[in-house]
Amino acid sequence: MLWMLIFVPLAAAVASFLIRSDALRRMLLIAAALCHTAAAACWVYPTGPILGGWFDIDPIAQYFLTLTSVLFLAGAFYAVGYLKAEQTGRKKDFMEDAFFINAPQAVFIGCLLLFLTTMTMVLASQHFGLLWVAMEATTLVSAPLIYFHRHHRSLEATWKYLLICSVGIALALLGNFFLAIAASGTQTESISLLRNALIANGSKLSTPWIQAAFIFFLVGYGTKMGLAPLHTWLPDAHSEAPSVVSSLLSGALLNCAFVGILRAFEVACAAGQTAFAQDLLVLFGLVSIAFAAVFIIGQADYKRLLAYSSVEHMGILALGTGLGQAAVSGAMLHAVNHSLTKAVLFMTAGNILAVYKTKTASRVRGLFSVMPVSGLLWVAGLLAITGFPPFGTFLSEFTILQSAVEQGYYGTAAAFLILLGFIFIGFSAIALRMTQGQKPESVQPACERPPAVVPPLVLITAVLLLGVYVPEPVNDMLHRAAVLLGGR
Amino acid sequence: MWTDISMVILILTNMAVLGTSRLRACIRIVAVQGVALGILPLLIHRFEPGLLVFAFLSIILKGIIFPMMLGRTLRQLNVWREDAPYVGYGLSLLVGPLLLAFSSWISPRLPLPYSVHSPMLIPVALFTLMNGLYVIVSRKNALTQVLGYLVLENGIYAFGMAVAYHQPLLIELGILLDVFVGVFVMGIAIFHISRQFDHIDTDQLTMLRDH
Repeated sequence: MLWMLIFVPLAAAVASFLIRSDALRRMLLIAAALCHTAAAACWVYPTGPILGGWFDIDPIAQYFLTLTSVLFLAGAFYAVGYLKAEQTGRKKDFMEDAFFINAPQAVFIGCLLLFLTTMTMVLASQHFGLLWVAMEATTLVSAPLIYFHRHHRSLEATWKYLLICSVGIALALLGNFFLAIAASGTQTESISLLRNALIANGSKLSTPWIQAAFIFFLVGYGTKMGLAPLHTWLPDAHSEAPSVVSSLLSGALLNCAFVGILRAFEVACAAGQTAFAQDLLVLFGLVSIAFAAVFIIGQADYKRLLAYSSVEHMGILALGTGLGQAAVSGAMLHAVNHSLTKAVLFMTAGNILAVYKTKTASRVRGLFSVMPVSGLLWVAGLLAITGFPPFGTFLSEFTILQSAVEQGYYGTAAAFLILLGFIFIGFSAIALRMTQGQKPESVQPACERPPAVVPPLVLITAVLLLGVYVPEPVNDMLHRAAVLLGGR
Repeated sequence: MWTDISMVILILTNMAVLGTSRLRACIRIVAVQGVALGILPLLIHRFEPGLLVFAFLSIILKGIIFPMMLGRTLRQLNVWREDAPYVGYGLSLLVGPLLLAFSSWISPRLPLPYSVHSPMLIPVALFTLMNGLYVIVSRKNALTQVLGYLVLENGIYAFGMAVAYHQPLLIELGILLDVFVGVFVMGIAIFHISRQFDHIDTDQLTMLRDH
């Protein structure tokens, strides 16, 4: 089953580069996404490790793989509608007077499928070396996705993404070597970099090196996850990529990088460095939320607004994991809530962009009258992302806050709450204004096609349901993952 | 002794990268560095078939394929030198010895659990690593930044060698493949940048920011 998860999208990607017809290619994308989700849903039956234990489905992998798979499926349906509507040939750039073309759909769909393959590999890998290889591969295959619209803004974003993430991940490779030094305490018996072996031999790991390794993993994979102050590639890439790519980058890729940090966190905990690692996570988390708050308030570009909101939520994930106890399961639940909500918002932003032809929030007015369904999705997404009840994000953020107070971290809790308040005000002031008012004369009421609104509608319903009731299998997965991370 | 010679080559190539404005020369210097580094595992460890394959591949890649790919990009672009980096070449040549001194100072303070093969390995590896980072931040030219990334990668790789740790061959090859695809993709990106902007100076990439 695990082989299938990796090879179905890989084979489909190869096929996508080879076949001629765009229509067939789009069918292939849907088919591969469906297969992947079906395989992911079969985890009720446990699957064994493959490749000598280098790939395995542990609770963390299972949890995030299911999430990634579902998101990709929704993204695939949206992408098919999007690609059908995209006209081919030279197009006029609406931000500047210039023409540009799109990358061939073969490249786009092929890279999208390779992206799924590499993300699956990241999540399932149990060996730190393999994790690194797969993580760098996600950067490389997603770079062409950002450069789908071939104009110079997207090129600039692609370059920054490639360079900053590659350098960041190179530092994580150094973390790998530090981990190897920590594991080879005595030269006679050295521990392999398999996660299980490291955790089992946690007490034998050398303390200073494991601390250094954790710092480098946090900085390296944190660059990719979008933790401040190394998040600078993120707003550019998210705002210039096609909306479906932004939704996958934000909803799936950032989680993959987070899982990379979680793997290092597990080992650090096993080596008795729990307090050290937790403090660092809390620090990076709060700094990220604060950075995001500063840039969200008064943000002019609504896609950048969503990107900074991703920085904020990655900060919340780090904070929740760092606080320990019940906050860890809060963070796990929050990962799902954030991914689903952010996918909804990016998809909706894509719909808005297609009709209004501007990314400037102040030029978008009267969303309700022009595109009622997208308007509804936008407001619902806004409420969900800012943690408004009854959405799932409220539940998860509240769990984290409650746990912070219970453990007596009043300062952290207060800072968290105040920053969330600022972000709520900043975000809603910009986003709510877009829905009301008089529509610009140039914009005609648009017909909203099902592929553009059905996937986000399904996802936002899921977020709403998660706020009311967390289904037992999800709850079970979530707690098993949280227990591994020293929470409950 | 051969290890020490290869260490000296690493130091000299690092310095040369700092002081060279001609891009073609820079590419060649980094290639020499890659080859010197590729031989290193054979000098440090015993001969094993897996190690031999890996050393061979990495020498081919860093010594022949990368220079060819980057040289081709250079010819397409018709850019031959970097005129105005953020930090001038003279000053950069002063920064080099400072970085070397710093890495020599810090290396003995690292509590390694066992002795390394040569006392020069760790300081040189750290120097190469920091040098790579320095080149990335002090230069504007996109191609030089890629070279900086390669130097950084070389430094990390040398560090891995120094701690006498080798990962399973499959992982080593995976890392090599990633670096290869990385340079390949960056090369394509540079080509597109030159088409779109008529230059490859990254300080001109300022369209995207918060207003």
